[in-house]
Amino acid sequence: MLKKLLKQGPRVINIGLQSFFDALKQQETRAVHVDWRPPIVRGVLLDKLRKLRKGTAK
Amino acid sequence: MIDIDSANMKALEGLFEAEPLLVGMGKAKDLIPGMEGKILLHSGPPIEYERMSGPLIGAVTGAALYEGWASSVEEARELLGSSGISFEPCHEHDAVGPMAGVISPNMPVFVIENKSSGNRAYATMNEGLGKVLRMGAFDDSVIAHLKWMEESLYPVLKSAISNRSNSGEPISLKNIIAQALHMGDELHNRNKAGTSLLFRALAATLVETCDSREKLSRVLKFMDSNDHFFLNLGMAAAKASLDPLGLIEGSSIVYIMARNGTDFGIKVAGLGNTWFTCPAAQPDVLLFPGFNKSDVNPDIGDSAIMETYGIGGFALAASPAIVQFVGGTPEDATRYTKEMYEICAAQNKSFTIPQLNFRGTPTGIDLLKVIETGITPILDTGAAHKDPGKGQVGAGIVRMPSEAFAAAAEAFADRYA
Repeated sequence: MLKKLLKQGPRVINIGLQSFFDALKQQETRAVHVDWRPPIVRGVLLDKLRKLRKGTAK
Repeated sequence: MIDIDSANMKALEGLFEAEPLLVGMGKAKDLIPGMEGKILLHSGPPIEYERMSGPLIGAVTGAALYEGWASSVEEARELLGSSGISFEPCHEHDAVGPMAGVISPNMPVFVIENKSSGNRAYATMNEGLGKVLRMGAFDDSVIAHLKWMEESLYPVLKSAISNRSNSGEPISLKNIIAQALHMGDELHNRNKAGTSLLFRALAATLVETCDSREKLSRVLKFMDSNDHFFLNLGMAAAKASLDPLGLIEGSSIVYIMARNGTDFGIKVAGLGNTWFTCPAAQPDVLLFPGFNKSDVNPDIGDSAIMETYGIGGFALAASPAIVQFVGGTPEDATRYTKEMYEICAAQNKSFTIPQLNFRGTPTGIDLLKVIETGITPILDTGAAHKDPGKGQVGAGIVRMPSEAFAAAAEAFADRYA
């Protein structure tokens, strides 16, 4: 597996920072970019908002 | 239990049915609700004089001189720092203003009526680019230009607009916006098509109602020289269309975004009239010659109402030429628009983008989608010098800061969860 990876070079799924993806493309690395950011709030508040959205709060 | 999706649908149906019409003009003190005494309206959420940024201080200084409340800059500053003048947001008075957004009692304003719900919104006439009051400039030339607008431009436009309105043919601003999007405007930093269409709509009536060929010539030359003339009208159209959303219980749609150069603030339909604020962002600016990045003031203006309405930065894909003014590439412009679909509840029924196979613009910023995706609204915007009196330094792109959305999300959960 490792030999194969070293021989063929990496294929990268880049999640989040666009600049990392741009750097990979500049080095002609095979890569796809997934545009993702973490939610703005976390924890209990995020859970409450998700339940509200689904209509399952209270 | 609250049904957010149904509440949002109700909010957006109202927005899509809105029909903003240009119905008249008058002095701010005679038309804008609560415009009494020595009051100055400004852009963005509420702010006291001590916390105002340079361009807003410059604009309120100029407004005090324009009103004749002071005869020198020093006298104006003394008055502004005392309790003799009240400062209130345009948004709290059914009005909007670009950049510093200052409206004083004697400034003429357009009257925009939302035919579907009967509410009205107000905005001043656009002064042009560069050294202008809304960018914080206030020297003699700025005040003289404002006086010309009040004494010469306003009466001519008022006659023509009243004539159109009284004859049962008020100008539909929604129609102009929809057409301008197909002609390369995004209606925030590019208003060339919108201004041209307004010019066409008013031309015959201006000729019929103006008694002086010389006056008319100056008015037409000014409108022709100011590609941003339509901006203020578009903003008031957006304001008149969005304000009724403030009464929709349970809706997570953002119906106001505004900045005062110090703070950024939003209002959410299901949370009524409460501001949620945080420090304003720093725009990424394509600078005019002679300025550098350290000159740029934090984000300022009520013009974020355009993105809240589903145009401006949200319709950048319709306006590849705008990147020459705000920076980036046409591919960036398309990417920004596509990203905004991620945080909006709908595609606009009236405003479409030819470059995206006539897809409706992303419309109705959903607070919960902003929170979940971590994507905040993107705007293209003018940029003012951070010091009072200097004016515009460029234009660029700015992403709204997340903290105001986080604060609104907490209040939304407290109220409905």
